[in-house]
Amino acid sequence: MSVFGWLNDQLLRMTWLNDLVGAGVAAIGLDPASRIGGSVQFFVYDVIKIFILLSVLIFAISYVQSHFPPERTRAMLGGRSGLGANTLAALLGTLTPFCSCSSIPLFIGFTAAGLPLAVTFSFLISSPLVDLASVILLASIFNWPIALAYVAVGLVVAVVGGTIIGRLGMEGQVAEFVRTVPVSGEAAILTRGERVTYARDQVVEIVHRVWPYVLIGVGIGAAIHNWVPADVISALLGQDKWWSVPVAVLVGVPMYADIFGTLPIAEALVGKGVGLGTVLAFMMAVTALSLPSLIMLKRVVRMPLLVTFTGVVTLGILSIGLIFNAISTWFI
Amino acid sequence: MIIKILGSGCKKCIALGENAKVAAAAAGKEAEIVKVTDFAEIAAYGVMSTPGLVVDEKVVSTGKVLTAEEIGRLL
Repeated sequence: MSVFGWLNDQLLRMTWLNDLVGAGVAAIGLDPASRIGGSVQFFVYDVIKIFILLSVLIFAISYVQSHFPPERTRAMLGGRSGLGANTLAALLGTLTPFCSCSSIPLFIGFTAAGLPLAVTFSFLISSPLVDLASVILLASIFNWPIALAYVAVGLVVAVVGGTIIGRLGMEGQVAEFVRTVPVSGEAAILTRGERVTYARDQVVEIVHRVWPYVLIGVGIGAAIHNWVPADVISALLGQDKWWSVPVAVLVGVPMYADIFGTLPIAEALVGKGVGLGTVLAFMMAVTALSLPSLIMLKRVVRMPLLVTFTGVVTLGILSIGLIFNAISTWFI
Repeated sequence: MIIKILGSGCKKCIALGENAKVAAAAAGKEAEIVKVTDFAEIAAYGVMSTPGLVVDEKVVSTGKVLTAEEIGRLL
């Protein structure tokens, strides 16, 4: 095995932790090969792994992100339009710190500054969808080719989605007050110490926010992993079933969960033979679109634009699911 | 003085509001805490990351939950 492969297994996949937890489970008298023992091992191993990765990753990523506050992103995107601008917006979307409760002020800030709708939507789609931390977690659970492919297709959805929305000329669909908002606010310049503090605060805050989702997600994952027979799952969501991707998207869209909570479910489903495309589509649907964020967005855009946005993103995720299922043999 | 908390009512805004109340009390200042949840009003302050903290119509912090001590230094 290559050095890189070994590092990946030990540091990202934490195979040592799985062995350790397995030994611990055996030591308290449970057989890791049995259902209960296996569930306990999956649960404990996954919870510890996700929280370790989460803390380390969020710290490192928040430090990088502290260089890209929304004010700076807006300044970088100002005065640009076209495909290049949409691509830049999608890329910056992965770097700018994002919280779903901030998406509306951000939308208003971008639109008021005169950024084209195409650019703003490319940003809004990519921001929750392609998150640096989720990419590294994907590499941990699956492998790097899958993680990089996820980034690539996520960016494509954001750029294409933004471009379509821009082409439809829906500028008039934005609530009136948005245009009259004054553009102000300079990004503060932080010292290195302030960036470290910011990164540390982000870790505390995000772990505090997502831990219930992680526990629920891992719990469902452990249940699927050990209790649901593979033939039941493959009968419902198997790769040969044409409806598997649409079902995954329909179930995922109204759900609101953190990417960190959906990953263990994804892991367990792939283990049961569900297509990679189906699982990625489910994760994307859960993170990119959610009922609460759509309800908030409704307050600043009119219905036709909201429906277009939801439709474009849903279609994008559907196509990604179908494409990945068709080519998944390249990755696994 | 009037302290405004800008935010759509997420957990962070509530936490910031609580901290502001504590900070004002600790500083011995008469402060009225106003929660601003209307997006038009929030945007009018030029704030793009919530929660935002506004003291006497001046934006002093955005995008983070300051502790009571940190707010105290801004009052």
